[in-house]
Amino acid sequence: MKKIKRILERIVESILTVSGAVTSIAILLIIVFLFKEGLGLFNSPSVEKGYSLYVNSKNPVDQLSTIDTKQIFDSELTNWKELGGGNQEIKIFRFDELFNLYSEEELGEEYSLIPEKLGEIIINNPNIVAYLPDEYAPTDVQGVKVLASKNISLIDFFGGKQWMPTSTPSPLFGVLPLILGTLLVSIIAILIALPLGLGVAIYLSELAGERTRKLMKPTIELLAGIPSVVYGFFGLVVLVPIVQNIFGLSVGETAFTGSLILAIMALPTIITVAEDAMRNTPRDMREASLALGASQWQTIYKVVIPYSASGISAAVVLGIGRAIGETMAVLMVTGNAAVMPHSLFESVRTIPATIAAELGEAPAHGPHYQALFLLGCILFIITMIISITAEVISKKQPNKGV
Amino acid sequence: MKKIILTSIALLTITLSLSAQRIKGSDTVLPLSQKEAEAYKKANPSSSVSVTGGGSGVGLSALLAGTTDIAQASRKIKFDEKQKLKKGGKVAKEVIVAYDALAVVVNPANKVSKLTREQLEGIFTGKITNWKELGGENLKIVPYSRETSSGTYEFFKEHVLNNKNYLNGIMSMPATGAIVQSVSQTKGAIGYIGFAYLSKGVKTISVSYNAGKTYISPSVANAKNKTYPIVRPLFYYYETKSQTKVKPFINYVLSSAGQKIVSEVGYIPVK
Repeated sequence: MKKIKRILERIVESILTVSGAVTSIAILLIIVFLFKEGLGLFNSPSVEKGYSLYVNSKNPVDQLSTIDTKQIFDSELTNWKELGGGNQEIKIFRFDELFNLYSEEELGEEYSLIPEKLGEIIINNPNIVAYLPDEYAPTDVQGVKVLASKNISLIDFFGGKQWMPTSTPSPLFGVLPLILGTLLVSIIAILIALPLGLGVAIYLSELAGERTRKLMKPTIELLAGIPSVVYGFFGLVVLVPIVQNIFGLSVGETAFTGSLILAIMALPTIITVAEDAMRNTPRDMREASLALGASQWQTIYKVVIPYSASGISAAVVLGIGRAIGETMAVLMVTGNAAVMPHSLFESVRTIPATIAAELGEAPAHGPHYQALFLLGCILFIITMIISITAEVISKKQPNKGV
Repeated sequence: MKKIILTSIALLTITLSLSAQRIKGSDTVLPLSQKEAEAYKKANPSSSVSVTGGGSGVGLSALLAGTTDIAQASRKIKFDEKQKLKKGGKVAKEVIVAYDALAVVVNPANKVSKLTREQLEGIFTGKITNWKELGGENLKIVPYSRETSSGTYEFFKEHVLNNKNYLNGIMSMPATGAIVQSVSQTKGAIGYIGFAYLSKGVKTISVSYNAGKTYISPSVANAKNKTYPIVRPLFYYYETKSQTKVKPFINYVLSSAGQKIVSEVGYIPVK
């Protein structure tokens, strides 16, 4: 009988060990996957994979930067002179236009005549820049030149100020506006939520009667259970017009609106954690303070708050974590314009919103997909720093400073 | 006991998916396909149709992989995709099941009621920034767009912006409903939405594609008689080999009952 019991205990123990190991391995694998997918971006060419840019060989231009390419295809740069070429207007040619010029029959069986026809077009137009798939490109035709293409660089990615992932032929992956947007929205959110949250926490732990506390705490915790899309919709329909009217803005979807919504969403976390920390102040400490003649308010800010400082800091850090990772609510109220944030009352785009909005249609393993994974890595690193900070802070001796 | 239930569920799904017709692809076509599938199931109780979204690109690559019978798409099949199918020994057949028209909308307080394509291009690429330049009041233009993942975004870029990029930092909304909401509460706003989303909160703009000679108002009648320019076809693609399997459903969609559903969902019937 005893033997069986021991065996059973062993089994339970090993199950617990295995489940712990499985969780750790799963987390590790997810991180490895995230970084593996993301880092592939720097091996991708800056022009879409499988495509290249072709010009007439008389054209002195050999290389185009990503920004130049984008401006040419947006008709913002219209003369080769501006790029170091001759004084000629730039003629843009996209592969699909071929099918307007020739019928399917003229292109031969299995499209075998396409390279020849493309070669003709490029030779006849010395001012052309053609965006063509490599498979059908006129590579061995005289008079046609391929523009050299570089890989996407670290500087383009982390220093770029334009996020245009679907721009053809060369997408722009500048994440600076996204990172700054995320940080701006989260920091302002925490600045709004902190005084409010601390106030409520102090009230609940020190001033409120037992009945009020028992009623209010579950209510506040309920706030954490509301789906974020509901917050987002509330923000779009209620907060956006309010912000627009109060500040007299032309647009109501701003970083500030996003911060407001995030502040509301971070409140329950801050209140619950901070209140728990304050209530953990030993009864003898409070009574000692009161016995010395301190008023209730003096006891709160000379004894309770210093004692629970580490708990309060942990609450703040957890609140920031909640704000930075929030997706849906922010997606709906910030307007998602990928511009460098200049003021609080402009639209911004955050990292989680970008991933949520774009991953669905990004071609698998393409540069856009990899760039989104890299954004995930950045977000992961930010949240990791935050949770390590929280860990360090909450491990501090709680009675320091008293 | 649990095992038995699980295996039977698994078996059931396998048998169902074998006999079922699978439709996958564009989220624009999704509501239409769902309604059509429901009605088709009602008319033919023995049949089974499963419809999933994911995007036009997802649907067409599923057709290539053989994990769907019909790919629904809100854009024409791309040259690359056609080539890939050909390499896989498949030939895709194309059927237009409905048309989707996009309306350009502004805030009801805005006095501007007609724009040319060139002006729209200027607005959405950031060259025109004030309503004053278009005969309206002195007010900043706030263009709203859909997210890059949306087929509507691509369609508008191709047909209205002549393949140029939207202005850097355009306001991009996650859903058409959000655009309607924002345009209705922002005075200088302009956006584009499907006809099905038109409501009292927004005002439609008549569009000219011939440099201002004639302006066409966005209405179902104008879209049907092909005078309204911002219209795109919605496609079903299927493999020629599976024709016998999918033909009854496609015939149903193209029948008068099926086309009635098209109008109910808010798209423009083919016939």
